[in-house]
This record gives sequence, C-alpha cells and structure tokens, in this order.
Amino acid sequence: MMRSILLDNTVRCVIVAFMALACIGLVLPNWILNNTMFGLARGLAVLGLLLLWRTGLISLGHSLYFGLGAYAVALLEKHTGSTDIILRLVIALTVAGVIGFFLGFVLRHYRGIFFAMLSLAFSMVLYGVLVKTEALGSTDGFSVSQTTFLGWQPASKYPLFLSIIAICIVAIIGVQFYLRSAIGYLTTSVRDNEIRVEYLGYSVARAVHIKYIISAALAGVSGALIAMSLGQVDPDSMVNWTVSGELVFITIMSGPGSVVAPFIGSITFEFLRTFAFEWAPHAWQLIVGGTLLGIIFALPEGLWSLIQRLWTKKGKVL
Amino acid sequence: MNKLVFKNSLKMLTVGAFVSLSALASPPLAADSFKVAVVSFLTGPAAGPFGVPGRNGAELVIDAINAGSMPAPYESAGFGGLQLEAIFADESGGNAKQVAEYRNLVEKQEVDAVLGYISSGSCMSVAPVAEELQTLTIMSVCGTPRLFEDSDWNYTFRTQAHAVGDSVAAALYIRDQLDDVKKYNGINQNYAWGQDSWKFFDIAMQQLIPETQAADNPQFPKLFSGQYGTEISTILLDDSDLVHSSFWDGDIEALVLQASVRGFFDKKKFISVAGASAVDNLGKRFPAGTVIGTRGEFGILVREQEGELNEWFINAYRERYGVYPLESSYQYAQSVLALKASMDKSVADNGTTPEKDQIISAMTGLNFTSLAGDVSFALGEGHQAVHPVGYGITAWNDEKDEPTVVDVKVYPAHCILPPPGQLSEDWLAAGMPGSDC
Amino acid sequence: MQTAITVFLDGMTYASYLFIVSVGLTIVFGVMKILNVAHGGFYAWGAYSAAYAIGLAAELGFPDWFAFILIGLSSMFVGIVLGVLVERLILRKLYEHEEVIVILATFGLFLVLEDFILLVFGVNPYFAYQPMVFLGSVEMGGIFRDVYSLTLLGLAAFVAFACWYVLNCTKWGKILSTVIYDREISLAIGIDVKAVFVWTFVVGTMLGALGGAYIAPTISVAPGIGIDIIVLSFAVVVIGGMGSIPGALIGALMVGNLRAIAVHKFPEFELFVIFAVMAAVLMVRPEGLFAPAKIRRI
Repeated sequence: MMRSILLDNTVRCVIVAFMALACIGLVLPNWILNNTMFGLARGLAVLGLLLLWRTGLISLGHSLYFGLGAYAVALLEKHTGSTDIILRLVIALTVAGVIGFFLGFVLRHYRGIFFAMLSLAFSMVLYGVLVKTEALGSTDGFSVSQTTFLGWQPASKYPLFLSIIAICIVAIIGVQFYLRSAIGYLTTSVRDNEIRVEYLGYSVARAVHIKYIISAALAGVSGALIAMSLGQVDPDSMVNWTVSGELVFITIMSGPGSVVAPFIGSITFEFLRTFAFEWAPHAWQLIVGGTLLGIIFALPEGLWSLIQRLWTKKGKVL
Repeated sequence: MNKLVFKNSLKMLTVGAFVSLSALASPPLAADSFKVAVVSFLTGPAAGPFGVPGRNGAELVIDAINAGSMPAPYESAGFGGLQLEAIFADESGGNAKQVAEYRNLVEKQEVDAVLGYISSGSCMSVAPVAEELQTLTIMSVCGTPRLFEDSDWNYTFRTQAHAVGDSVAAALYIRDQLDDVKKYNGINQNYAWGQDSWKFFDIAMQQLIPETQAADNPQFPKLFSGQYGTEISTILLDDSDLVHSSFWDGDIEALVLQASVRGFFDKKKFISVAGASAVDNLGKRFPAGTVIGTRGEFGILVREQEGELNEWFINAYRERYGVYPLESSYQYAQSVLALKASMDKSVADNGTTPEKDQIISAMTGLNFTSLAGDVSFALGEGHQAVHPVGYGITAWNDEKDEPTVVDVKVYPAHCILPPPGQLSEDWLAAGMPGSDC
Repeated sequence: MQTAITVFLDGMTYASYLFIVSVGLTIVFGVMKILNVAHGGFYAWGAYSAAYAIGLAAELGFPDWFAFILIGLSSMFVGIVLGVLVERLILRKLYEHEEVIVILATFGLFLVLEDFILLVFGVNPYFAYQPMVFLGSVEMGGIFRDVYSLTLLGLAAFVAFACWYVLNCTKWGKILSTVIYDREISLAIGIDVKAVFVWTFVVGTMLGALGGAYIAPTISVAPGIGIDIIVLSFAVVVIGGMGSIPGALIGALMVGNLRAIAVHKFPEFELFVIFAVMAAVLMVRPEGLFAPAKIRRI
C-alpha cells in the first residue's frame, strides 16, 4: 500500500514541486517567502476542510481548531518559555485532535446547515472566552517568539519554511493514503447516498468522526504554523467567525479536485489579499468578496479545474 | 537624483568608530529620499476620530518639512537633508493582520522606517517584529506602559507618554479641581489600554485621595462594541459619584450619546482620558462640565495656546483640511518632529547623510520641541518619551459657537511618571517619590 | 428589586433589537432555505442610510420627529433596492447549489457590501442622535432610561404582530405557508414561486435594514458595525429554530436577557453564555426550540 502511494502520480508531482519550492525559497525575497509560508500553513487547514467537503460537510467553525493550535503555541511559551518547534507542533496537534475527538461525538450526527451552525457555535464559545479573559490576552492576544529547533535559533525564516514544506508533504501523502483506503472511498459515497452506505454495513457516523478528527488536527497544526511564522496570535484574526469563513472561502476557491488544490488556492489567496490591501486599502474586502462570488459563478470546481484544463490541453493527464 | 557621495566604505569605517557591528551590516539607504510608512486607522470605527486626523497631521508636517516651510526650530528643509516619502497604511483588522502588514511594509515596500500606530494592541504586537526585522519604528499614540516596562527594544521608540501619566494626571486633577468625590467607577475597553488605564487610575486615586473608594463592578466592554445601554444601567445603579473612562475612537461618541440622554452626566461626574475627539465631533451634544484630557499638550487643550509652532499648525491644518487638528493630529505630528530632530542631529553629529543606526543613536534620550511643549525620551533606556499631561473641563464658547475647555491644568512629567529605571507599579506603590505637584 | 427591574428592561430592549434584526433572517431562511450572511450588510446599509438621511434633514431644518419617517423610508429604500438587486443578480442563480455554497456566496456578498459602504459614505462616523434626544428620558426602576430605546419594545411587538397577521390571516400568508411546506407542489398548483421569493427577500432585507436604521440614532454609525450582529442573529435564529418567527422571538428574548444578566453580574461571560446556549440548543434540539414541524418526504 505504502509503495503504491509513492508511485501515485499526484504524490510524485507534489514531492518534486515542493522540493523545487524549497530550493527557490533560498533566493526568494523575504516578503514572497513570508506569504508563501502563510499560504502553505493555511493550506493545511484548508486540506482538512476539503476532506470534510468530500463528505458533503462544510464547517463554519474550523477557526476553533485553528485558534486552539495558535493559542497552544502562545500559551506554551507564556507558561513554560518553550519555543521549540517539535513541542509547539505536538501540543497544537494534541489539543486540536483531542477537542476534535470529543466534539466529534456530537458533530458526527449532524449534516448540512446544522453541522455548519453547531461548528460555528463551538468556535464562537472559544472566541467569547478568549475575548473576555485577561489571562488569555483578551482582544490583544500574545506575541509569539521566533521558533527554535532543538535549542538552535536560526537567523532567517528559511528553516521554518523548510519545516512547513516537510509538514505539508507528510500531510498530503497521509491524506492521499487515507482517501485511497476503503474508509476514505466510503466517505465520498456518504455524500451521494448515506443510507446505502449504512446498508453496506459500515458506520457512517464513525467514518465522519475519523474525518473530523483528522481535519481538526490539520487545522490545529495550521494555526500553530501561522502563529510561528507571523509571531502573533489574537482572537479576531484567529478565532472569530470571519476566519472560518475565510478558510471555507479558500476551500471553495481551491476546488475539491485534488489534495494539492488547497495549497495552490491558499497561496493564491495570500497574494491576492496582500496586493488588494496594498492597492486598495479602503476596498480590499470588496476585491476578496468579489473574487469569491466570481469563483462560485464562473469556476464552481475551483482553481484546480482551471489547472486541470490547462494540463489536459497539453495532453497530459494528472 | 544625485548619488550619495558620502556613501563609501572609507567613510563608513571612520564613522564605525562608535557604531556597533550591526551598523556595518545594515544596508546603506538607497536614494536621497527616506521612505516612511505612516500607519493609522483608515477604516473602521477609529478612522474618523483618530486615524484620519492622525494621518493628516503627519502628512501636513511631512510636506511642510520637505518644503522647508515650518517655523523654527524646524525651518530647515528636509529630514537631515533627505526628502521624506510617506506611504499611508491601514491599522484595522486585528493584531495578527498588523504584523503581517508590517512585514509587507518593510520587506515588500522596503520602507526605511515605520511611524504611527494608535491601538496598544498594534504596538505590542509590532514591536517584536520591528526588532526581528531591525527597522526603526516610532509609535505615535498607543499608551500601554507594558511596551517598554516588560521588555527593552532597540528599534522601537514611542513619542507618546504612557498610560500611567494619563492616569496619575487624572487623579491629580480630581484632587485639585473636584470636590466631594467619595466613590468612583470606570468603564474601559477590555484590552491592554483600557485595563492599564483603569488599574493605574485606581492606584493613583488611592495614593492621592485615600478617603475615596473604588466601586466593585468596573465595566470592561469589548473594544468597538458600540452599544452600552446595559453597562450604563449598571453604573447608574451604584452609588459612585465619578466615572473614569479611557474610551477613545467611535466608542466614546456612542457612550456619550447613549449616556447623556439618560441623565448620566447629571448624576455622575465624568472623566474622559482620551475622548477629546468627541468634544469636537459631537459639538453641543457633548456634556459641558466633563473633565477631559488629550494625553498631553494636544488638541483642544492647547487650541488657545500661543506659540509660533502651535499657531502655525492649527492654521495650516485648518486651511488644508477645513477642521481643527485633533489630539491624534498632534500625536502623529510629534512623531514626525522626533524623526526630523534626530535625523538633523545625526547629520550634525556625523556629518553624513543619516543612516538607520545613526538616527537611532541620535534619537535615544533626545530632547526635542513639539508643537505645544517639550518632549524628552527619558524612559525605556531613552526610547520612551515623557511630556506633561493636561486636563480641563468642557464648556461651550458662545462667542465663537464652538466647544472649548476651561480650568486647564498641565502636570509636568516628573509628577505623573516614574523616574528612569523604575517600574510604574513600584513607583506608585512607593507613594510616587519625586512627584511634588 | 431595582437591579432586577433594570436587568429586565436592559434585557428586553436588547432582545427587541435582536428580534427586529433576526426576524428578517429567519423569514428568508424559512421560505428560501438561505442562511443569509449578507444580512449583516443590509443592517449596516440601513444604519448608514438612516443616519445620513437624518443628518441631512436636521441640517435642512426639518423637525426632529421627521426622523422617524426617515427611518422607515430608508429601510424600505434599502430593502427594495438591495433586496431586488441581490435576489435578481446573485441568489436566483444559486438556488440549485448546495446550501452551504450559498452561505459562502452571501459571505462574499457581505464583504462587498461592507466596502461599498466605505466607498459611498466614507470613513467618518455618522451621528443621528436627533430622535433619541427628541424623546428624552423617563425614570424607571430608580434610574433614567431613554425613551427611544424603550420604543424598540413597541416596534418589536408591532413587527411580531404584523408577521403573525400576514402569515395567518391573509391570502399572502397562505401562499407563503404553501411555499414553505413544499416548493414543488406550490409550483404545480400555479403559485408564482419566483415572485414569492423576490417579495420574501425584499421583506427580509427591509427588516434587516430596519434594525440598523432604528438603532442608528443611538450609536456612532461607523464601518464594521455589521460584523458582530450577524453572528448574534445567527444565535437567535438557531436557538428558536431556523425559519420560525415565534422561534426568533423566543431566541431574541433568551439571548437579550442572558446577556443583560451576564453584563450585570458576570461580565466576563457576556459572549460565552450566548454561544454556549446556542451550542446547547443545537445539541439537544437541533431543529431549535420552536421549529416548524418537519415534513417527512419519502
């Protein structure tokens, strides 16, 4: 199974592309490197949402896990002083995964708008707590110091960039592996006909639950990586409902076509926002919102379908 | 564009006698202009009362200095001989977004320095990044004392005295001008600035007027929440006779509108630390008899004050933007003046076109003249400015048909702020040694 | 006792405000099955146009009571113009899409509406305090309350009654109920569902705008006012049951009073309590406390 995964076309392309990106990273100007880092990191959360979307579920509350991951990093540093990358990632992954595990018991029975609303409610509970608690930084949040690697503090962002790339590769392979497994195929059929899947003798609720935990953990790691590359956490940019909206926005923009799509979509979004903000400080939301509407109307399968079309024109099949 | 003749390595070495190693590593400034990003709220509820007037104050003074049309002592054209090129950026969207934008300003737009920031949240989150990117950053308005008391920064300066000064001056003004204050309450925003303002006001009141008592339910609504009906009820229900608020932006205006209809200001004395923008924006709707501060010698408090710089500023501002300069216009202008003074000093000290590390060493501990008073970088290892803070009482000037402030009292810096090397909390707990007002 | 009265009145005023904003959201969801994030944008547009009109009228020397007419007119104006535009140009093309995609589209629309405000009205805050000052204050429970906020209770009661009347006692109401019950059957028996959708959306938009327009005199109308209200009204609508008008009333009463109690007694739980209740209701009764009977289709 593992061998067949490594032979998988997508996975091979991903590894080559990311290696290339890692090399280019050495010569990229800092601002491009930064935005690429944010894009890749956020892409992990989007990958998690994509998994759920394949089952027909859209969470309007993934900022819960995104925020938990980010705040785990900040609070770890505040209380123990640790800035080590492994500790940071492990704690973010654990916190998000465990909370996802417990909330999953409730959410796995929900579909459609109820799933979206209950997720939203959970994330807003966390928002309400953070905003009003001085010990948790209230609306200010916390600064996050630069990441150390087993005690070594690099002078540039490049080692963090490399780590993000490595994590993305692992995540993509893992998710691809999962989607190719029986339980992975199953969840796609849940979207089409849930009752039929039950008749086949599988527990739909369990399948959804597993997906939910994976996506929660991915969002947690994503939040932690954003906190590390940005150096700041705060409730309005990490936990508020607009953040969940943004994540779903990138998911739709990327399209459900491939496990690579979230990263392409997310990097595109990061640059779109940077330029929109620079060119039109008064109207950048208008550009972002307009793009969203445009994609929903003109490219319902997302950016990925565009790439696919270009590839097939060249006679290649991905 | 003429080439910078002084910029050769030989000169660098002679200057390098007292410049640190990192100075040698820092790249020389590219052209004969100096690029500065001015960050303030251009959107959101803080844009009208704070962001835009601040931006305008900076723009006015920058243009005047570039053209050499400021009065003395800033009559020379340019900043240390350089023309200053300003780009204006938006401060709204939360701290994390500000950090991302700061990185873009420095790394993408390649500015030489960043100036501005109104919210304490922005300042606290940007300062560590300024350090990481080694970029000169001058904070203009934000007030939390934590900025320089929790850490030392090499690249960050603040031209505005911190919240302890505002809170102590408020308590002093109450002691000197108001009678019969027995119990006080507060309504402050739930973030660094609001929390610190209330905390230090409370300590200062206990030190200066020990017979007063704080209410046990001070209110901390969320920043920008806009509706305060319930909070107003809560305060109206208790027996406090004075209410302290460090509200600023659109929140102070909303609070004043909602409270004044409910007779709040007839029942309670009100002290507003930073709400002077509302005095101008609300006109007659702003209750007369309110104690109002502008966090320094700024805005409405110095509108009648004589002095060539101040009068020039008020007239030029009114001519260009059609309104009076507000508190934040003065605060932003003060940051620009600090930059001008240090860049000029750097030229005088070194004889070369100023470079980042020279500007920083010139600015550290600098004393300079602001629009309506003097300022010195006395705290935070020479990075945190101190200056006098004034309060007055609002009134209506029938003759000019505009709001005004009477009974203005200005407290000198040594009365309201700790001496160098001492933390605010320790200084207040020790009974404010050295404060003789 | 004083405290109890005050908490109750604070809660009721806030609940009335929430109800007026949320009822439009719930009507649109009930009929069209669209959870409209852009409702927050309509709210902001209502507030801005009312504040602008009231300010202008005051400058032109109109009497202060005229502001109440302007509040009504500007919410109608926003409702008709934005409602028709949005329904025709955007929503109509999305009826076949998944409901969550439609939520996202309205989120995009919300962002666009937010910034359009900046382009049209600029960044300076607007004040429209005339009606609030005009009505003055009254002493209740030992403290003064502004009459204007108390009139919110009346307005909310009026809106609730009007909704009830239209739904239960008019031909329109019967048509609506049919469309809510089964869209296909309605089409089959000759109901112009498209027209029903347009009208419903215009009314929903108008109510959102009315919420903003009516609250405008008490606040500083500034950019970004629509962001917090939209999740609050989500909470209201979900607690009562999406699509149910009595549900929106119960939801608003619960959220408004819980918030008032929290602010008075446990300020740090102000936001937490609202969303905790929302989550709890969804967990126990996902259809909401007052959900319309669900139709079982085979």
